[in-house]
Amino acid sequence: MPPLLTVSDLTTTFPSDGRRVPVVDHVSFTIERGEVFALVGESGCGKSMSALSLLRLVPKPGRIDAGSIVLEGRDVLALSVNEMRAVRGFDIAMIFQEPMTSLNPVVPCGAQVVEAIRLHEKVTKAAARERTVALFKRVGIPDPEQRFDAYPHQLSGGLKQRVMIAMALSTHPKLLIADEPTTALDVTIQAQILELLRDLRRDLGMTIILITHDLGVVSELADRVAVMYAGRIVETGRTRDVIDAPLHPYTRGLVRSIPARAPRGVRLHEIAGVVPPPTEWPDGCRFANRCPAVLAYCAERVPPVETRERDHQVWCHAVTAGLLP
Amino acid sequence: MLAYVLRRLLYGVVTVLGVLLFLFILFFSVASPDNMARRAVGEKASPKVIENWKKEHGYDRPLWPWQDPKSNLLFDHFRKALTFEFGKSDADSAPIVERLKAGAGPSLTLTVPLFVLGVLIGVPLSLFVAFFRNTYIDRMGLVLCVVAMSVSILLYIVGAQFLIGKLLKWFPISGFDRSIAVIARFVAMPIVVGLAAELGAEIRLYRTVFVEETSRDYVRTARAKGCGEARVMGRHVLRNALIPVLTNVVIQIPFLFTGALLLESFFGIPGLGSVTVDAIQGNDFSTLRTMVYIGALLFVVAQILTDVSYALVDPRVRLE
Repeated sequence: MPPLLTVSDLTTTFPSDGRRVPVVDHVSFTIERGEVFALVGESGCGKSMSALSLLRLVPKPGRIDAGSIVLEGRDVLALSVNEMRAVRGFDIAMIFQEPMTSLNPVVPCGAQVVEAIRLHEKVTKAAARERTVALFKRVGIPDPEQRFDAYPHQLSGGLKQRVMIAMALSTHPKLLIADEPTTALDVTIQAQILELLRDLRRDLGMTIILITHDLGVVSELADRVAVMYAGRIVETGRTRDVIDAPLHPYTRGLVRSIPARAPRGVRLHEIAGVVPPPTEWPDGCRFANRCPAVLAYCAERVPPVETRERDHQVWCHAVTAGLLP
Repeated sequence: MLAYVLRRLLYGVVTVLGVLLFLFILFFSVASPDNMARRAVGEKASPKVIENWKKEHGYDRPLWPWQDPKSNLLFDHFRKALTFEFGKSDADSAPIVERLKAGAGPSLTLTVPLFVLGVLIGVPLSLFVAFFRNTYIDRMGLVLCVVAMSVSILLYIVGAQFLIGKLLKWFPISGFDRSIAVIARFVAMPIVVGLAAELGAEIRLYRTVFVEETSRDYVRTARAKGCGEARVMGRHVLRNALIPVLTNVVIQIPFLFTGALLLESFFGIPGLGSVTVDAIQGNDFSTLRTMVYIGALLFVVAQILTDVSYALVDPRVRLE
């Protein structure tokens, strides 16, 4: 069976000073049915833009410049505006980082889910309502009947995110994109939402793209992971392989800065510097100016792919040259 | 809700009392009855003529209660205003109420269509330019709006009277007739001029509101669940943008009754705006006082209406 989603050389650019700067640069990955695939990286590395590109919702003046997105044999980038509208929410659903502001404040929560259902399926309002209440129950919203008529401001952040998840699940999408679904929530609520995603995945066999900067979340939830840095994927593979035996210096830095894995009483590792803005990205390896293992030619030449066992891939000159174990 | 409205009304009453006191200071203390009399009968009139004028118009008593606790102008002023006993015109002794009744009709035939058309044209047009935000349509619209709102209404009036009235002869240059059959001929041009003068600023304001809403997260959610652009604008953006738009609209309603000063006086429409202008020019102090008082009263009503309408359209607003 072919993979559910194949993304090849996806390039999304924004204009800056008369030229187009890629914020997503030749990103490729495939997603199999039923798996949880994590996209990891610091803020500003292009994770969210990659996700919005999949739905063709890149905010203007950004646009997808190159590459292909194939969902079950259909080229998503070749679809008409109307065909794309039918894909959004029906084939690919998305939940966002900010549950506080992602729901329409003047429409009751239930009506927003009903709208999502009725945009894609010809069902009566009553039937859609019944389904919505059942979904609310499924995602763990207490008193679903009452919550149906509640306005977003009457719910807590965690409940709002559950409404968002219910909305995303309402049409049984083939792929769920969860963009930092827990980042804006309290720690205890974070755990509950992650638990919910895990349950949904187990019970419904959901295919999920999980976007996060939290490697702890990745190791709990994801089957495979791609580490992004400055618009490019620098390392990808099975979660166990990438987290237990990271190859790229950037991934090593990230793994060493997971609090749960650090010995007590030792200062947590941090990667020096910040992700430079897209206009200042080096031509070669984008991590060159922060890399502890940088070589003379790293900043000039784009690193080739190095494939290890079980499809563990890494793009790093030092690894290819055998300078890093 | 009821408690809130009652409390707002109470604040309104306090505001109105303040306005009345302010009016009294302006009309009786700053400009004393002697000043008024001299303005009315002439600077060089003899003291006897001035005394007579004051007596005739009821200004011959002391101003303040500490001068005469029983019969003074301050108490009179408050009592008459609060019981809506407006009295007689200082200019021709006609009852002011009659003048208000006569002026209300012509004013409303001008201001109500102007208001309704302003909303019906302004909101869809601004939604239209917001839909095409950051394209040349939007930019051209903005330039037009800025030009339209920068031109003085006087130029619109004179220009329209010259072009439409004198050269093209489509409509009479000015004048008014109460009969239903021809009334439209007389108010058409002032309405067009009024629209030209107000639409630019209104479209610009509404467009800003709409564009701001389109960048909100819930709009992205709506798109992500498969809403088309028209549905995003018509259902999600409009409903949220309606809140600031509605307040801007509701606050205009009470002022429909005060008429349009410039339009009425230039087009010869005998409305309340003209009543005010005539009162200023004819040293008709009592009528002018009444018009200022009614304006303040309507303003207070408008504020309360705005607050209540806010609560009606925005579920997040809780009235305590």
